[in-house]
Amino acid sequence: MKNLLLIAYLDVKESLRSKWFYVYSVVFGGLMALFFITGVSDSVVMGFTGLSRMLLIFIQVTIIILPIFILITTVKSISGDRESNVLEYMLSFPVSLKDYYWGKMLGRFATVFLPVFLALILGVIFGLFKGGALPWKMIFLYSALLFSLSFIFLGLAFFLSTILKSTDIALGASFVVWIALLAFIDIALMGLMLQNRVSDELIITLAMLNPIEVFRIGAISLFDPELTVIGPVAYYLLDTLGSVWLIIYAFVYPIVIGLILAYLGYVAFRKKDLL
Amino acid sequence: MLAIAKNVTKSFMGTKVLDNVNLTINQGDRIAMMGPNGAGKTTIVRALLGFYHIDSGEIKVNGADPIKNRVDVLKSISFIPQLPPPVRLSIEELLSFVEKSSDISREKIFEESGRMDLDLKNQLNKPFFKLSGGMKQKLLIAIALSKKSNLLIFDEPTANLDPKGREKFYELLTEIDPACSTLFITHRLDEIEGLVNRKIYMDLGKVVEDEKI
Repeated sequence: MKNLLLIAYLDVKESLRSKWFYVYSVVFGGLMALFFITGVSDSVVMGFTGLSRMLLIFIQVTIIILPIFILITTVKSISGDRESNVLEYMLSFPVSLKDYYWGKMLGRFATVFLPVFLALILGVIFGLFKGGALPWKMIFLYSALLFSLSFIFLGLAFFLSTILKSTDIALGASFVVWIALLAFIDIALMGLMLQNRVSDELIITLAMLNPIEVFRIGAISLFDPELTVIGPVAYYLLDTLGSVWLIIYAFVYPIVIGLILAYLGYVAFRKKDLL
Repeated sequence: MLAIAKNVTKSFMGTKVLDNVNLTINQGDRIAMMGPNGAGKTTIVRALLGFYHIDSGEIKVNGADPIKNRVDVLKSISFIPQLPPPVRLSIEELLSFVEKSSDISREKIFEESGRMDLDLKNQLNKPFFKLSGGMKQKLLIAIALSKKSNLLIFDEPTANLDPKGREKFYELLTEIDPACSTLFITHRLDEIEGLVNRKIYMDLGKVVEDEKI
C-alpha cells in the first residue's frame, strides 16, 4: 500500500509538470469561462437557461472531449514507459506489479478527473456570482456522472496501454474506440432501426451499453427527468428503468465496465512479458 | 548459490532468443558477459530480473522465482541499464522513489555520487531526463552502489561516461564488498579485466563459453 500511494503521488507530480495537463486544464477551465463570457448562460434553449443551460452545453463538450483526452494522455502511460525503457528501470526496484499498476491508475485518475471537476465548480461559482440558485443535487449527480465517465475511459486506456506494446498502435486503437463510441455505433444502430430488421427494444438496449450514450442520457435526465429532448425512446427507458434507476445505472454501469477493463489490463500486465 | 538458470528457453515471435541456457552465479562471482548483438545477454538478465516469462526451464534468485516473488528477488539486485531511461521525475522525486521502495539512504546516494564528482544537492528539482548522459549514468550508478545488494547487474554501464568518469567508476567497483557478486554485460573485456574473475560468452541464445579467469 505504501508503494501504491508513492507511485500514485509520483504520477500526479509528473503529470502536473506535463504539457498535456496544462492543455487539458486550460481547455476545460477556459471553456467554462468562455460560456459565461459569451453569454451562453443567459440564452434560453428548449426551456433551459442560467446554470442549467451552461451545464447542458458543458455536458455536450465533455462528451466529445473528455474521452479522447483521457485516452490519448493515458494510453501512453504503460506502453510509453515500456518503449522508452522507463518501465525497465522503475521495475528493477522492489515494487510489486500490483502497486505499480494500480498506483499509476490512481494517480492518473486524480489528474484527469480533477480539472473537469474543478471546471464544473468554476461554472457553479460563476453561476452563483450571476445570481443563480445553487442546484446542489444536480451538481452532485453531475459530478458523479463525470466521475464514472472518467473512470471507464481510464480503465479502457490502461487496458489498451497494457495489452498493446507499441504506443502508436495504442494511440490508433484509442482513436478508433473513441470515434466508434461517439458516432459509429449510433449511426449503425440508427441504420438498423430504419431498416426495421431488429426490434427497437434491442437497439435501445444496445445503445445503452455504450458508456458515452449512458452518460449523455444520465446527464440530460438531471435537467429533464422526462427526457423529452430524446423523443420517443424516453418512454421505453423510463417505463423500463424509471428515472431513479436510470441515474443509478448511468453512474454504476461505466464504473463496473471500467473496473473490469482495468482488471483485465492488470492481468495482462502480470501475465505477459513486461518489456 | 545466488542465482541459477536451468535449461531456460525463451522465444520472441518464433525466434529462439534463449536456447536451453544454463547459468549459475555464485556468491563472489565477478562475471563479464560478452557476445555479439542478439546473443541473448540482455534477455537472460531481464529474465533474472523478472521482466520475461520464460517458455521453459527454471530461474531462481536466492532460491526465489523472479516472477512469483519479484519484490523479494529485486531487494537483493541492483541494476544499471545500458542507456539511462528518460525518467520524467525530478531528481528529488526519483530519490524519494528509490529511498521508499528500496530502503536506500539518501545520504549514501549523495556520498556515492560525490565520489564520482556529481553534485546532486544543487540539482534536486531538475528533471532527471534533463541531465547530461554522463550525469544520468553516474546517478544510476550511485543509486545501484548505495543499495545493499547481493548481485549487481551492469548492462554496458560506462557507455555514456567520459574517460575520467569511467576511471572513477572502476575505482568504486574495487571497493565493493567481496561477498557481493557482479555481472557486467560488456563488449570491452580489456576495461574490466582486473575486476572480473569469470567470463561468459553467449552466442545465438546459448552459453558457448564459461570460464574462470
